[in-house]
Order: sequence, then structure tokens, then C-alpha cells
Amino acid sequence: MSDVTHETTVRVAERVERLTAETSEGPQGLLERRATDLNELGREVGAVLRGTGLALDPRDVDVERSDDETMIINMGPAHPSTHGVLRLMLELDGEYVLRTKPVIGYLHTGMEKTGETLRYMQGATNVTRMDYLSPLSNELGFCTAVETLLGVELPARAVWIRMMMAELNRVASHLVWMATNGMDLGSTSMMIYGFRERELILAFFEKTTGLRMNHNYIRPGGVAADLPDGWEDDVTVICDTILERTDEYDELLTGQPIFRGRMEGVAPISAEEAMALGVTGPILRSTGVAWDLRRTMPYLAYDQVDFDVIVGTYGDNFDRFAVRLNEIRESIRIVRQCVERMPRGDYRVQDAKVTPPPRARIDESMEALIHHFKLFTEGFQVPAGEVYSAIESPRGELGCYLVSDGGPHPFRMHVRAPSFVNLQAVPLMMRGGMVSDAITVISSVDPIMGEVDR
Amino acid sequence: MIPLPPTAPPGVACADALACDVACFPTLDEYVDLVRAWREDGFEVCADLCGVDYLGHPGRDLPEGVVATRFEVVVNLLSIERRQRVRVRVQAGDREPRVPSLFGVYPGTEAMEREAFDLVGILFDGHPDLTRILMPEDWEGHPLRKDYAVGRVPVQFKEAPGPR
Repeated sequence: MSDVTHETTVRVAERVERLTAETSEGPQGLLERRATDLNELGREVGAVLRGTGLALDPRDVDVERSDDETMIINMGPAHPSTHGVLRLMLELDGEYVLRTKPVIGYLHTGMEKTGETLRYMQGATNVTRMDYLSPLSNELGFCTAVETLLGVELPARAVWIRMMMAELNRVASHLVWMATNGMDLGSTSMMIYGFRERELILAFFEKTTGLRMNHNYIRPGGVAADLPDGWEDDVTVICDTILERTDEYDELLTGQPIFRGRMEGVAPISAEEAMALGVTGPILRSTGVAWDLRRTMPYLAYDQVDFDVIVGTYGDNFDRFAVRLNEIRESIRIVRQCVERMPRGDYRVQDAKVTPPPRARIDESMEALIHHFKLFTEGFQVPAGEVYSAIESPRGELGCYLVSDGGPHPFRMHVRAPSFVNLQAVPLMMRGGMVSDAITVISSVDPIMGEVDR
Repeated sequence: MIPLPPTAPPGVACADALACDVACFPTLDEYVDLVRAWREDGFEVCADLCGVDYLGHPGRDLPEGVVATRFEVVVNLLSIERRQRVRVRVQAGDREPRVPSLFGVYPGTEAMEREAFDLVGILFDGHPDLTRILMPEDWEGHPLRKDYAVGRVPVQFKEAPGPR
């Protein structure tokens, strides 16, 4: 009898050891306070602001708190509220969060390395999979960089198609955000409504690009195909429906006391903090900084359309919600103007060195056949140089740093992913809040793990 | 091309750049001082920081006096107030690339420097927590280096316990 008990204990001990080994991230994880150096501790509690007099000395924060008063727990990577495989290590004092450390990399697929082996025309296929909720923004960022290096001028129709599709994609992306944010707060109706509305847009994308996600629609030199027949009606129906339904969301969420109670005043961040951490997009705008690349550094034809940049005041969860909800309305305004003013003409550059000739020309023209063959076997050469081009994705500044050595592949392709940078604000927003608010904080930062890990 | 900020170290090489207001090429000693000067001059946001391995592409276009090395760190700064962009490119060395960390100037470079360390193998002096960020902790090598082949290692999981 005693032998059996002994065996059981041994097995249990082994199991625990193995569990630790399986879940340990080594130095990447959040360590106990006695094993953390002062600088690092300061960073983890959010005391990261230097330079502008806002500095918070790490020694001023509660470093004397001993390890046995606090507890380090894991949240994720498979927690339903982390929207993917984000893992947060939280140091808790009772119900309050003291330190937070995001541990990422679970979805790392080496897309930047893959990008170096693909030709420029194939590159969009790769980058479109980064931020899977707004694939067209990724393609746009990459293609703008390539086109800047190439020095090609796009036909007007290509520009306006790109703009319309990117705005529709922004609406779809924000709708998913509204849906998942509602879900995290327990409003399952919002979850269903958000996905229902997004379906309208995805159906239109499927009709235009052939795919619901990962379209590879925006390519260097223009877009892959012209808009389908009757697109004006489809887009108008989408705009009317979604605009009407945003008022329903207002009724469902904005004025609802429980929702407001969980969002208002939770996890505020100031403009200085956000800028010091490099945070962009709706989070930066929610702090009152009217920084939207569409307005401040216009690309495509955003300087010709009429829209407002939505800003918040307090930078709390509720402001981030309100900014996104109203950005849906502004995007619909832009889409409507695109429908009205869509120019006629080519949907891609008629430069046979960059874009393939139409299929029909290949049968009649030797030159077209040669161009087609060369484009699809060798690709086109891009002049040597470096460029950083940034666009406003639904999550913030999406930049693409491209180095070309004059060959048909990018020499180095680096994508500045907005979610990756915005995630740095999480420890600061979490600090001093409740564990239950942690979920709303993750949600309101809106990290897309495909983009964070790339 | 916009002028260098008044507090910048004198004699930093500058050049025009595509879609950017100016590109600066400081030496390793001037690097942090120059970035701090830009920050004081109104560049509040460090938009991007990445490392580039130029192995196999040595003849890139650099202003006179800048010696090209294999590794380069590229920092893209953004001024919200002035609506301008500035690029700082520092030559990080050939064998063991090592540059000072920008964490003291822009806390937001923390994750980006970790990424540059993880994927390109550039060391950042003064970084509070220089560990791998995207790759597993026990990974060997730095995948975005040019001498790191594509698909060299099959998909593997850290400390896989084997069939239970």
C-alpha cells in the first residue's frame, strides 16, 4: 500500500516539472521581482516615459513589494479573449494587476524572410496574410512602397478603386472589432450583428477579387481586376445598410449603462504616453491627437475626398470604442464619394514592364507574349534604393521599409505592423486595473496576432 | 531636405531619400545624440526601427565619408507637429553588430529593438530586456541574416515532449 502511494507522489512530481518545462518561456517570460533588474521592472510596470519631464523613476514605484504578496499568472495563449495566440503574464496583487508582459511569437511564420524569396508581383500574396482582418491595407502598404521605388504613376481609376476597397475593408475590420469587443463584454448580440454586417462586405469582396480574405487584389501597378458589373448598386446597399445599423449599435451599446460602466474611465492613456510608445491609429486619436495619415500625409486620393478625423478626449476604453464606431461612418462617407466620383479608364498601369498584358493581346501580338513570359518567369526589376512608405491601416500606421538591390526580389522587406507597436501600451494600460478589465484592455487595443508575429 | 536640428552633433552626413524629408547617416558615437536632437526638435514618434543585413549587396548608395558595413540599423522618425519624416541609418558593424539602444529616448523602440536583435542579431547596448521576441528562446541563429538559408530547419516546437 505504502509503495503505491510513493509511486504516485513521484509521478506527480515529474508531471509538475514537465509542465513547468512545457510552459516556460525562459527569460522571455515575466520573472519574479527578485530576478528582475530595476530597469526592466520599471518598463514592465509602465514607467517608460522619459525625455519630456513625464519621466517616472522605476524606484518610485512599488518595487519593495515582496514576491510572496503577489502572484504571477498566465493569460493565454489560448484564452478566448486574447483574439488569437497572445499570451499575457500578469503579476497580481489580489484582484489588481501590477505588472504585465505580453509574450508573443506563437504565430511567427517568417513572412519577412519569405518576402525576400518572392518576386515583387508575388509579394502581395505574402503580405496580405499578415493582418488578416484588413488584408487590403497590407497589400496597399507594400504596393505603395514598390511603386515609389519604381516611380510609376497610377491611373486615376486604380487609385479610386484602391481607396474604395481600403475603406470598405476598414469598415469590415472595425465591425469585427465591435463584434469581438461586444463579446468580451458579454454582449453576444453585438457579436452576431458585427459579423452579420461584415458578411455583406466580404460578399462584395468575393465578387470583386474572387476571395473573401487574403485577396491579393492590389498589386504593384494597379489592381488585379476591374470592379464587377453593377458594383455601384452593391456598394450603395452596403453603405445604406451599415450606416443604418450603426445607429442600432448606438442604441445597443453606447447608451447602455452596463457597457458604459465597463468602458468609461477604464485604462486611460495620455497623448504623451501614446506618442512616446509609438502608438498610432485609433488609440492615439482617442487621446485627442488628430493624427490620421489619410489627412495629415495624404496618399491615394484622400486629399480629394471629404471626411472627418475622429478624435477622443480621455483616451480610455470608451473613447477608443467611440472613435472606431464613428470611423465606420466616416469610411462610409468616403465610399459614397468614391461611388459618385469613380473615374473611367484603366484599372492598372499600361506599362508592359510592370503589369501583364490583357489575355486577348497574347494571341495576336508577339511582343505581348514576350512581355507576359518575361513578367511571369523573371518578374520586373526594381531600381536599387530604400523606401519607407506608410499608410493608415484600421489599426494605425502600417509602414513598409523596402530595400531593393536592383533585382526582381526585394532585398529586405520590413513591415512596421501597427498592432506590434500598439501592444507595448498594454502594460501601461493594465497597471492598477482589475483582472476583469484586462480583457477589455486587450480588446480595445485590437491586436491582430497575424500582424504582431508576422 | 530639411536642416539638421540645432542640437545635433556637427558634421553628420545627410542625403535625400524617397518619400522622406531627409536621411541622416551618423556614426555609432553620434547616433543617440542625433536621435535625441531630432526628438527635441519635434519628432515625437519613433515610427519604425529595423535591422538590415547587406551581405551580398555591398554597393549601396551612401553619402561620401560613410563606410558601408554589413549590418545597418534603420530608424524612421515621425513628427506629428511638423508632419515630416526623417530616416536615420547607422552602420552597425560587420561581425558583431552592436549599437546603443534608443530606449532612453523613445521607450517605444523596446519591442522593435528586440525584434531586430531576434531576427537580424544586432545587439543593443542599454536595452532593458534584450531577449528573443518572435522566435523561441532556445533558437539558434538569426533568421533574417542573409547567410541563414530559407527552410533550413523543419517546423519544430520548443521542448516537444514526444508522444505521451
